Parts: sequence; structure tokens; C-alpha cells
Amino acid sequence: MIGQSSVSRIIAHVTLIIGILIVAFPIYYTFVASTHSLQTILRPPLPLLPGREFFANYYQALFGGIGQLGGVTVWTLLLNSTIVALGIALGKIFISILSAYAIVFFRFPLRMVFFWLIFITLMLPVEVRILPTYKVMVDLNLIDTYAGLIVPLIASATATLLFRQFFLTIPGELVEAARVDGAGPWRFFKDILLPLSATNIAALFVILFIYGWTQYLWPLLVTNRNDMNTIVIGLRKMISFADADTPWHLVMVTCILSIVPPVLVVVFMQRWFVRGLVETEK
Amino acid sequence: MSPRVTFPNKFLPYLLVAPQLAITLVFFYWPASQAIYQSTLREDPFGLDSAFVGLDNFRRVLSDPNYLNSIQVTVIFSVATAVLAMAVAMFLAVMADKVIRGKGFYRTLMIWPYAVAPAIAGMLWLFMFNPSMGTFAYMLRSAGIYWDPLLNGPQAMLLVIVAAAWKQISYNFLFFVAGLQAIPKTLVEAAAIDGAGETKRFWTIIFPLLAPTTFFLLVINTTYAFFDTFGIIHAVTGGGPGKATETLVYKVYNDGFVNLILGESAAQSVILMVIVIALTAVQFRYVEKKVHYG
Repeated sequence: MIGQSSVSRIIAHVTLIIGILIVAFPIYYTFVASTHSLQTILRPPLPLLPGREFFANYYQALFGGIGQLGGVTVWTLLLNSTIVALGIALGKIFISILSAYAIVFFRFPLRMVFFWLIFITLMLPVEVRILPTYKVMVDLNLIDTYAGLIVPLIASATATLLFRQFFLTIPGELVEAARVDGAGPWRFFKDILLPLSATNIAALFVILFIYGWTQYLWPLLVTNRNDMNTIVIGLRKMISFADADTPWHLVMVTCILSIVPPVLVVVFMQRWFVRGLVETEK
Repeated sequence: MSPRVTFPNKFLPYLLVAPQLAITLVFFYWPASQAIYQSTLREDPFGLDSAFVGLDNFRRVLSDPNYLNSIQVTVIFSVATAVLAMAVAMFLAVMADKVIRGKGFYRTLMIWPYAVAPAIAGMLWLFMFNPSMGTFAYMLRSAGIYWDPLLNGPQAMLLVIVAAAWKQISYNFLFFVAGLQAIPKTLVEAAAIDGAGETKRFWTIIFPLLAPTTFFLLVINTTYAFFDTFGIIHAVTGGGPGKATETLVYKVYNDGFVNLILGESAAQSVILMVIVIALTAVQFRYVEKKVHYG
């Protein structure tokens, strides 16, 4: 490009590298800490390079059980988080693609009422209706269940709006052609609409998986039993500053393990994720 | 536009919207209406009886110095988080727009904090800066700086702001990169031929043209700082020391679940709802405008 010297490009590269180091450093440092013994961690400053306790620490956390959590292993926590994140992502996609399909491709009384009922929930995040929602959970016996962790979070307007927006771009001729060829609503949905939405579904899956994995307030409220905690809540329970026996080396391990799965999802599905994020939210 | 081609079923569409509608009614509308109802009641200390008190809870909440403090804390926290996260992200995105080789590489390395839960982000920073074992706290102390975010309010605030902003950088970065790519290169080159330096080009061409992205991100970041950062506050400071980092959402949780002041907590929920509705309205007005913009 005109007006851009190679010097300014080099400065740009250097700045980016420094920026990335700052962004990555907290995670790198936690990883380093997770490979040292408790004694080393408690005596700052911590060395900048990984130590030799990698296998011992990770093995103990994953399979040995954590005292602060009543002997529950980090493996259980990881499993819980995976179930919850997958449940939220797939559940949301499932119910919102169906309702968007109904709203766009059918004409029926109350159609717009339903649309607005769904749309308005954008304005009611969990945080603003904590107590009454909790009471509903108690009444329905959903405390400490996977259903309790997943179902209240799968109804959201964003996914429905996204699918509606996308369905509106599908030309009417396509629907007409399908109908002339004798395809019913189910056939049209399965053979035409789903394949066309594949990219959108992939993008949405990544965003919703991260959303589910990083939930905090809701799992905090609806789980009491240690073996039903998600990893984020489990981690919070392991830490106590007043209490001298926080197992910091295991806390570090859990921290890293709670970061790895969603990061892998984001990095490996980056192409869809970036497009989905930038296009859908705008 | 001609009417859409549709399927002529009578029953099927109801079946299709039923799951979402059922969940929405049970977990959104019913609790939200309960919150509004409860905000007009006051329970006795044992939770045995409640009486209708009209708008009295709102009056109490809005005249409570703790609540006013919490509003102030939330505003400072949100503005600082949004500005810090956006400034750093915009700077890095402008740099990323300049490089030719390695764009994808930088992007990959930049996006993954997006996947870190806010609460975990808070803990990562707490490990580095907590007074008893944090390496950076140790270095600050060696440098003669008194550092204790567990006892010092402003320092605790600083810590949660940095942690919250850190997590949001990658998200903003992606949007700024996309925004920068949409700016026609010919405009920038024309300015370069006319003799405008890089700084001048940024402030007179790139920055104004990025305004729609910036404004969009401002709304998103404010919403994030208002609601999604509950985890950071809860995990790092617990609203303390004193009430130095007690945000509005944290106070609703604390009053409702820990202190069990139900009526006032519900009144706070309703006030929050009004704030969300305002934020959403701003966001949608903007989205509509943007369609005409470009």
C-alpha cells in the first residue's frame, strides 16, 4: 500500500507480538504454576519456566479427588461442564431453529405475538430475575440436576433471531420449487433448510458452547452438591484466602483444565466462529 | 416485496414453536412477573408473612446510600472496563491491519481469551496479584509500593477492571479487524498521496469511519461489564473490601440470596430490567441506523 513504510510494518509486528504476550501471559503463568509443587508456589517469585511436577499435579487433580470439594475429582467437574455446555449449545440450536422455521415458513394466527414473546426475552437475562427463577427451580425439583443447569438457559431470543434473519434470505422460489416437486414441510426442512444452514449452525455452536461453558451465576445457584458443580464453580469453591490449606498447585491445574476445552473449540472452529460472531451480532 | 411462499399447515407451526414458548413462559415470563410482584411486597424477618407496600421498596432502595454507592461503583467499573478493553483492542487491530504476512497467525493467538470464563479470568489475575503468594504483588512490594487488593478498595477495583478488560480484548479485536477491512483502501491511499502521515490518517479517516463499530462495541462492552462480570466480582473480591466493588448485579444477588431481603432485592431486579431495556433499545436503534449507513 502507498504511504506505508517497511519501518511502520516492523513496528506493527513488534507491537502485535508485545500485545499477544500480554494477552497470553496470565494463562502461561498459570500453566507454569500448575507444574510446580505447592511449596514453590507459596514462595514468590515463581520461576518463569515450567517445573517438574506436571504429571504428579495433573494426575492428582484429575483422578485423586479434591479435599475442598469433598473428594470430587476434577474429571467429574470436566464431565459436568461438557454435558452442560453441549446441552445448552445443542438445545438452543434445536428449539430455536424449529421456532424460527415456524415463524418464517408458516402463516398462522398469533404468529407475530409468538415472535414478540420470544424477542422480548432479550431484555430479561438471568441476572435480573435471579430469585424468582430460583424459586421455579425449587418448585420443579430441578436443583442439582443437569436439566436444571441446562433447560432454563436454552431459551434465548438471539439464536431464534439469527435463524429467522437467515431464513428470510432464502428465496421464495426455492420453497415453491420444493412444493411443486411434492416436498412437504418436513422434507423441505430436512433436505433443503438444514444443509443451507450448516455454516450458521456451526458458528452458533461455537458461540453457544463457550456461553454454556463460561456460565457462572446460574450454576452457582442451582447446584449445592459438589459432584454436580461445573468446573468454574468447583474452582471457585477450592479457593479460600482465609484458609491456609488451599491446594494452590491443584487450583492451577484446574484453572488450566477449565480453559483448555473451550479454547480448543474456538481455535479449531475459528473459521466459522469468527464469521459467525462478526456477522451475526452486527 | 411479494408475500412469502409458505406451507399451508394449520397445526404444525404451533408444535414447532411450542418447546421454545414453553421454556420462555416458565423460565422468563413467570419469574419476571414474580419479580415485579415481589417488588411491591415486604416480608417480615422470618419470612412468614408479607404485606403489600406499593412502591415503598423502590423508595427505600433508591434512597439507600449503599445502593447509590453501588450505582457509582457500577458506572466507574463499566466505563473503565469498556474504555480499556476497546482502546487496547483498537490499537492492536490497527497494527494488525498494517501487517501483510502473519495476519491469521496473530488472529489465532489473539482470539482465545474469548473462551476463558470471566470468573477464571479474574482468578488468573488474582494469582498474579494476590498479596500472599502473587509474584507481581511480591515485585510491587519489593519496589516499595504498598499493594493489597484484599484490603485496599481502589486497588481491588483496579484488579477487577484489568481482569474484566483483559477477557474482552479478543472479542473487540475481532470486530475492529472486520471494521478496518471494510474501510476502502483507496481513501487511505488518497490521503497518503496528499501527504497525510500515519497518525493524521488514523484520526481523520480511519477513526471516524470506524465509529459504527466503536459505538456497537461500546454498547456490547457496557452490557458485558454490567452483567457478565458477576463471576469476576464474586470470585475475586466478593464485592469487597468494604463495598468498594459491589456492582448492581452483585448487590441483587447478595441482598436476595445471602441477606434474604427479598422485597428490596426484587425492586433492584426491576430497576435492572429497566436498565437492560434501555440498553437494548439503544442497541436496536443503532442497528437500524446502520442499515442506512453503509
